[in-house]
Amino acid sequence: MTSLDRRHFIKQCGLGGAGALITARYAFAGVERTDRRFVCVILRGALDGLAAVPPHGDPDYVRLRRELAIAAPGQTDGALPLDRTFGLHPALGFMHESYLAKELLVLHAVASPYRERSHFDGQDVLENGTTVAHSSQTGWLNRALGVLPKSTTHGREAGVALGQNVPLVMRGPAAVASWAPSTLPNLSDDTMQRIADRYASDPFLGARLADALATDAIATEAQGDEDMGDMGDMKKRPASASVKSNPAPRTNAAYVETVRTAAGFLKRDDGPAVAVFDTSGWDTHANEGGGQGQLATRLGALDGALRILREQLGTTWQQTAVLVVTEFGRTAATNGTRGTDHGTGAAAFLLGGAVAGGRVVADWPGLSAASLHEGRDLRPTTDLRSVMKGVLADHLGIASGALDSEVFPQSGSVKALRGLIRA
Amino acid sequence: MTTKATAAIAANRFGLGARPGELAKIGSPSDWLKQQLQGAPPLLVAADLKSAVQVMEGAAEIAANVRELGGDGREDLKKIAADETDPVAAQQARQQIIANRLPKYFLPIYQADAAARLRNAVATDRPFVERLVHFWSNHFAVSVDKVAVLGLAGCLEREAIRPHVLGNFADMLLAVEKHPAMLQFLDNQLSIGPNSPTARLAKQRQAANPQRRQLGLNENLAREILELHTLGVDGGYTQTDVTNFAKVITGWSLGGGPYQLNRQSDGVRPGAFVFRAAIHEPGAQTVFKKRYAQDGVQQGEAVLRDLALAPQTARHLAVKLARHFIADDPPAAVVERLTQTYLKSGGNLPAVYAALIDSPEAWSDEPAKFKTPTDYLVSLHRGLAIPLPAQAPQAIASLNVLGQQQFRPGSPAGWPDRSADWDGPAAVLKRIELANSLAQRLGNSRDARALSSQLLGDTLTEATRMSVDRAESGMQALTLLLTAPEFMRR
Repeated sequence: MTSLDRRHFIKQCGLGGAGALITARYAFAGVERTDRRFVCVILRGALDGLAAVPPHGDPDYVRLRRELAIAAPGQTDGALPLDRTFGLHPALGFMHESYLAKELLVLHAVASPYRERSHFDGQDVLENGTTVAHSSQTGWLNRALGVLPKSTTHGREAGVALGQNVPLVMRGPAAVASWAPSTLPNLSDDTMQRIADRYASDPFLGARLADALATDAIATEAQGDEDMGDMGDMKKRPASASVKSNPAPRTNAAYVETVRTAAGFLKRDDGPAVAVFDTSGWDTHANEGGGQGQLATRLGALDGALRILREQLGTTWQQTAVLVVTEFGRTAATNGTRGTDHGTGAAAFLLGGAVAGGRVVADWPGLSAASLHEGRDLRPTTDLRSVMKGVLADHLGIASGALDSEVFPQSGSVKALRGLIRA
Repeated sequence: MTTKATAAIAANRFGLGARPGELAKIGSPSDWLKQQLQGAPPLLVAADLKSAVQVMEGAAEIAANVRELGGDGREDLKKIAADETDPVAAQQARQQIIANRLPKYFLPIYQADAAARLRNAVATDRPFVERLVHFWSNHFAVSVDKVAVLGLAGCLEREAIRPHVLGNFADMLLAVEKHPAMLQFLDNQLSIGPNSPTARLAKQRQAANPQRRQLGLNENLAREILELHTLGVDGGYTQTDVTNFAKVITGWSLGGGPYQLNRQSDGVRPGAFVFRAAIHEPGAQTVFKKRYAQDGVQQGEAVLRDLALAPQTARHLAVKLARHFIADDPPAAVVERLTQTYLKSGGNLPAVYAALIDSPEAWSDEPAKFKTPTDYLVSLHRGLAIPLPAQAPQAIASLNVLGQQQFRPGSPAGWPDRSADWDGPAAVLKRIELANSLAQRLGNSRDARALSSQLLGDTLTEATRMSVDRAESGMQALTLLLTAPEFMRR
């Protein structure tokens, strides 16, 4: 089914009614000068930090990662150099340019307070800003909006959520706008892959799905580039039909529209100060790939989306900080299906013209057997809340008292990381 | 394969899909089903639903306005008829105007009825009875691709099926065959006995003017009653039976023909059943080895009552019921049991339903049936506890995409009822996309982990449980639950 058909489908379904899917209900009020902009991007599914930011200088890295190890800089499909220990995944070209321009700060071995390995609960803790899953119905970013200082000005609503739903991190008493791309809520490749995996034990449904996707692929290719707009190298579609060998994101169009719209909101003088959107498909249990492959494609799409965000923001980029976070990391070692399982310590990114970048911030614990958390995961050495607090304090000007109590309850012992933002 | 009566099978295989919390309240699964058979017939009444007579009166009014050139009819006529003083051209133009206006009049009536039956299916506390309503409605299918029944298909279900779904088959059969939707769908109001007074008069006129049209039988309804509604295609009837039965039911008509709608024509309210002696074939007829000498409408009623009790009919209905609820090729023992119960009870439907419930074969832990698009959609909305969109066109639109437009099977045989008719590749993908859309819309407001056991009970497989547990987000978990094989099937 082509994306055109998909839009048609949803229109027919009537699901677009009642403002559920197509909600551009943003209204701007008072015109005030706003300086600081903050974008929070949540990668759902647990990004593999050891692939996104490979510690090629760590003596245990290649041993643990085997065929999934990202090669050292200079080799084929090798990492893009950051410093002596770390590189960036080769698909992250824009991020690397930003690093060289001192606009990207890479954080490693970070984690929320959550120490189990459930996506649901992990994302809940990441977003609710406490230490316990499901202990709060509001998110830290929404609570932060409630304590924004007058110096950080914005339009009628201080925040906007881009997507089908307002994610927990943005839910709460502060009024937020929401907007969803007009394209269909596409099935992500990852969801489709999981359905295919579930149907593996049901050969009948499995065959039916494979047939349908084969037709889908032909239709997509027949449709050509027309529908893809100016998405640069993101418009490449695979010729193959099977789910297993079809890792290209099905969500690019919505992704790009989301980012463009976010930029459109943020660069207005009377726009919101904060935007949040999320992406999924990072749960790479099998056939993750190394310098190329499934995760590489996904990282490339994210990188491309961030590049578009920067382009669209224009001069507003100089006052912008973008925080990219995930619920937890993945196992240090490759598993039996050429992927990685749920882990603990993760990587995160902070980028933008307002960021004091060009460096890796990591209290690196190492990947030796003795250093691994529970013998399997990268040990987290930095609490993500420190990073969030640092950004909220130095970029948005929120007082530390409010950060320690309202925004991140009972977190006085978690000190803000200072110096992440340009003075 | 084991057979054990469980709440999940009762709610999903016999019903329209569990609602959150419902399985826990089902004590004895078979008692839960049988209790639904008690009480009043499952009528469907709402302010925006019209009776067949109301629908047809409205149509007659439209026709009368055009004929009398009242209102804006004159303007339309000027546009269509080049010369409105030419009586033939003007008459043709009037018919054209009526033909253009009726679909626009019928469409919202159809949409209201289609939406109402879906909403009722999502909300009902007697899902087994509602499944039976849908089953019989499909057994006695009309299809709205014929404009004459566009405004009446819902009326047929509400007026002829629902009052009798917990009664006797013969009563339902009679109500259906006399209903204006069925009469018009299968053209019976046009069928004229060759020796009827009207036909004889026409013959005399034709002798004088050979250009005149000959009047005669239309076998359509008689054939479909025998083939689809009662005996079944292998029921042993012959072409002579079809012809004779067609003669028997000549004169079974309605007030106001489809495009000769005139309130004053014969004093019969448009849409009401009427027996027109003038076009009825006089005399006794032999149908299926029995001679019927009754006069008038009683002749056809007697044939129908006998057909209803024929062993061939019993078997035909037993196979269809068992195929619908158990498996494409139902176990012979169940078919035999249902057939005997039907015959012993004289076509008492609740007795047959009870025999179905009591059949161990119906409780196999292997779900053999792929849900129809309607049942899939309804089970999604029941399971997620979300209503259909408020506006009727939106409420029914997703079924157009899923390939089962309400009341539009395209044939008097109704929608097919084998899994292979519904489980094609595109159909599977469309269901996945629909589930995904709903999941995206609901976001993380539903806990898919809790919901999986609430909806699937002990039919939840370990594979699905793990798939849902390992999902990377609440939305994805919900999609995985709603696309699981045990949710696609029943």
